[in-house]
Amino acid sequence: MRITQGTFSYLPDLTDEEITAQVQYALDQGWPLSVEFTDDPHPRSTYWEMWGLPMFDLHDAAGVMQEIAECRKAYPDRYIQVIAYDASKGRQTTALSFIVNRPADEPGFRLDRQETPDRQIRYTTHPYATERPAGSRYSPR
Amino acid sequence: MTDENGQDRSTRPSFGMPGRPAGPAPARGGGTLAGREPDAVLRDGADAEVPADSTVDLLEARKLSGVDDVLDALDRDLVGLAPVKTRIREIAALLLVDTQRARFGLAAARPNLHMCFTGGPGTGKTTVALRMAELLKRLGYLRRGHLVAVTREELVGQYVGHTAPKTKEVLKRAMGGVLFIDEAYYLYRAENERDYGQEAIEILLQVMENQREDVVVILAGYKDRMDTFFQSNPGMSSRIAHHIDFPDYSLDELVSIGDLMVAEAGYRLSPAAEATFREYLARRRAQPRFSNARSVRNALERARLRHAGRVLSGAPTAVTKDDLMRLEPEDFLLSRVFADPAPSAPPSAPASAPPPPSPEP
Repeated sequence: MRITQGTFSYLPDLTDEEITAQVQYALDQGWPLSVEFTDDPHPRSTYWEMWGLPMFDLHDAAGVMQEIAECRKAYPDRYIQVIAYDASKGRQTTALSFIVNRPADEPGFRLDRQETPDRQIRYTTHPYATERPAGSRYSPR
Repeated sequence: MTDENGQDRSTRPSFGMPGRPAGPAPARGGGTLAGREPDAVLRDGADAEVPADSTVDLLEARKLSGVDDVLDALDRDLVGLAPVKTRIREIAALLLVDTQRARFGLAAARPNLHMCFTGGPGTGKTTVALRMAELLKRLGYLRRGHLVAVTREELVGQYVGHTAPKTKEVLKRAMGGVLFIDEAYYLYRAENERDYGQEAIEILLQVMENQREDVVVILAGYKDRMDTFFQSNPGMSSRIAHHIDFPDYSLDELVSIGDLMVAEAGYRLSPAAEATFREYLARRRAQPRFSNARSVRNALERARLRHAGRVLSGAPTAVTKDDLMRLEPEDFLLSRVFADPAPSAPPSAPASAPPPPSPEP
C-alpha cells in the first residue's frame, strides 16, 4: 500500500528534477529546508528523525539535493521527506513537505477492532511494518 | 539526467509506480521553475539546436547575456589591474563561445573555472571576485551568482569530526555561486600534521572536482604564502585553472583610485590638495604596511575627520556647500606621514596600523 502524505500526496512520486524545482521554489521564498527520515509509516507519526540540521542561508537547490542523495544512500529503505519552514509568521510553520524516498515494499496497514463495554468498537490502524523492530522494518527478510 | 551524486536516475527504484509520461513536469504548488533547466533559461532560449550550416550572431548573444555591462563596470570602477581584466575578458569570451558551440550541438566539456587570486593587501581581490560571480551568472555558468566569503574559521572545526560538517555547510551555502576563501593558505598548517585543515582541503578538492556545475571556488591570499600552500597541496594547485596575480598599484593608479573614492563620498580636492594628496600617497607607499587601495580609503577617512574639525572650528559659522565638500592640503598635511623626515622612515603608518597611543590630531 503506497503511503501518501504532504503537499503532493495526490501526485506520483516526484522525479529529481521536480524535487529540485520545488526546493528552488522554497529557497526563493526564503524558506529554510530540512530533510527527515523514518521507518514508522503510521499516519500520525509526526516526529521523524532529522537528517542533519535544517539548512539556512542556502541560495541554490544543489545543497539540499546533495543532502537528499546522502540520506537516500544511508537509508534507501526508509521514508524520507523534505520540509520547508516559513518563519515569516513568527512561529514554526511548515510551508511545504513532501516525500522524496520510500521503501521498495510497503506492506500496508491492518484495521484492528477492539470491543469495549456497551457494544462500542474502537478502531486502530496497525502498520504491518511495525511488527519488526525499528531499524530493520523494511530491510529484506 | 543525473542527480547530485552523479548517480543515474534510472537506477532509482520505481517503487512500483508506472513510468512518468513524457511532457512538461506538473507545475504545482507554485513550482515556477518546474520542467525548465536553469541553464536553458539563462542561455536565452539557446537550448534548441540550430542546423550546422546556419550562422549565429555573436554580437546578439553577447548583448543578450549582458556580459558587457559587467565588463564595462569592471573597467570603469576598477583602476589598473590590466592582467586581471585581460584574463576576465578571456574567460568571458570562452564561455560565450562555448554557449554558441552548444547551440550547434558541439559538446564542450564544462571548463574548469576555479581560480586563485594572489596579490598584496588592498589590490581588489574581493571586489573582483564579486564581479566575477556576477559575470559567471550572466554567462549562464552559475545559477545564482552570489558570493560566499569565508576564511579558515568557517571551514575548519575545533575538534575531531567537526570539520567535515562545517565545510559541507559552507559549500552548501555557496552552491550556485562563488565560494571565496580569503587567506586560503591558513587552511594548511605545515607545522601540525594533525591539523584539521587538511580535512577541509580534501572535502573542497572533492567538490571542486565533482560539482563544477554547482560552485566555483576562488582562493585568495598573498603570493608567496599561496605558493608555499600549493607546494604542500599539489592536488589543489592542479585543480585550479586560473592563477591570477594582482599587481600592486602604481602611484598614478593610486591617485586615480583616490579621486574615485573622493567623488564617491561627495567630496572634492582643491587644486593644492591634489598635489598634497599625491605627495601623501608617494610617502605612504614607501612606508611599511602599505595596503594599496585600503590605505587610500583610510587616508581619505582621516582627511574627512580633519576636514570636519576644520570646518566646525573655522571662523565663519556660515558655510557653503563647497566648504563642506572641499578638502584642503592641511587636511592631509597634519598626517604623521608628513611628520617623518624621510619617506622611508620605519615608524608605524597612520593609514593601516592603528598604534594604541595615537599622537595624531
